[in-house]
Amino acid sequence: MTIVPALDLFVAGVVLIVAVWTVVARDSSSAVVGFVAYGLLLALVWVRLGAPDVALTEAAIGSGLTGALLIGAAARLRAGESSTSAEHLGGVGRTLVAALATIVAAAIAVALLSLPDPAPSLAPEAAANAGATGLGNPITNVLMAFRAMDTMLEKFVLVIALVGVWSLAPDGAWGGRPRSYHRADPEGALVFLARVLPPLGVVLGIYVLWVSADHPGGAFQGATILAAMWLVVLMAGLGDVPEVGRQQLRLMLVAGPVVFLIVGLGGLLLGGAFLSYPQDWAKPVILAIEFAMILTVAATLALLVAGPPERSAEP
Amino acid sequence: MSAVLDLVTIVAVSAGVFFFLAGTVGLLRFPDTLTRLHALTKADNLGLGLVALGLLPQAGSLQNGLKLVCVWLLVLLAGATVSQLVAQAARREGSSS
Repeated sequence: MTIVPALDLFVAGVVLIVAVWTVVARDSSSAVVGFVAYGLLLALVWVRLGAPDVALTEAAIGSGLTGALLIGAAARLRAGESSTSAEHLGGVGRTLVAALATIVAAAIAVALLSLPDPAPSLAPEAAANAGATGLGNPITNVLMAFRAMDTMLEKFVLVIALVGVWSLAPDGAWGGRPRSYHRADPEGALVFLARVLPPLGVVLGIYVLWVSADHPGGAFQGATILAAMWLVVLMAGLGDVPEVGRQQLRLMLVAGPVVFLIVGLGGLLLGGAFLSYPQDWAKPVILAIEFAMILTVAATLALLVAGPPERSAEP
Repeated sequence: MSAVLDLVTIVAVSAGVFFFLAGTVGLLRFPDTLTRLHALTKADNLGLGLVALGLLPQAGSLQNGLKLVCVWLLVLLAGATVSQLVAQAARREGSSS
């Protein structure tokens, strides 16, 4: 009986150690490797806390996609790393940073420890109204119905983030293609993977979205898998990144937010409240939003990793 | 019957853990990238395979069992590909320096 709490403590300890290691790691690529390992271990912690939805998100976004973004950033920084790491913070600056970080950590700890017991929770109300949408997974219920506004704004933030990345493009490359990847050996392992994996991954990504009605999963997690499949194909050189000025691509990038907005305004007209779903049609409407969302999120995430356009539109 | 299945699980998972341990020792002790990869890939593939095999009797349903097998096969594919890529990068770096 005591082995399970001991294992939990062990995992929590390892998470802490990896977190500290990530912070103190000397060069950025080691820190990125530490961060990815930290995210995967954290996903284990979420599973142990009984939150598989969060675990999936952490593994897919926190560890996988952010890891890919950070690896790209570390690779770009490597050339200038020796010159920047020479600019050390002085003793006073370091003490100040340490003090501020300690204060923030202490404030979070105090806030957490002073929460009333039992903590304020809307979980019983969410569970009581679960039947309203025809979905069996309470997390999806909250994300797509009770807090749909947050989910919608999240999609807008994603698109804005991509616009932010694109705005780093040099003027001549505006509307063009992002940096191309090294041409991989056409007989090599990466090309083989890029041919074998995507059919499986695409099915899995859509499956993860589809089961989220009743089981852990979701549009975001599924979209990350789809984005990863696209990136594998791009990195193997089997396809090229589309020009970011392409009409179809732009339409895909706004599909999720636009469908969400139309449903929201429709709810305002028909039901009297923004984003209120029609009573008997809640599930099909939610599915329509989620399928538009998975396209948008997958394209946005992959293009975030691909980076700003660097090749001009006309070849 | 269930005692036999439990025994299969214990033996297979323990053997899998042994391979993980051996792979980790190899990763820490071997001198260069290629030999470390050798230790890691062999041990991880076999180790995870044995762990998955050991968990099959506990899967409860055919569907869950198939999912376990799929996880193992996907990790095999990903692990083999990544170790190839790491080895290529190591060779490229070794020959250029």
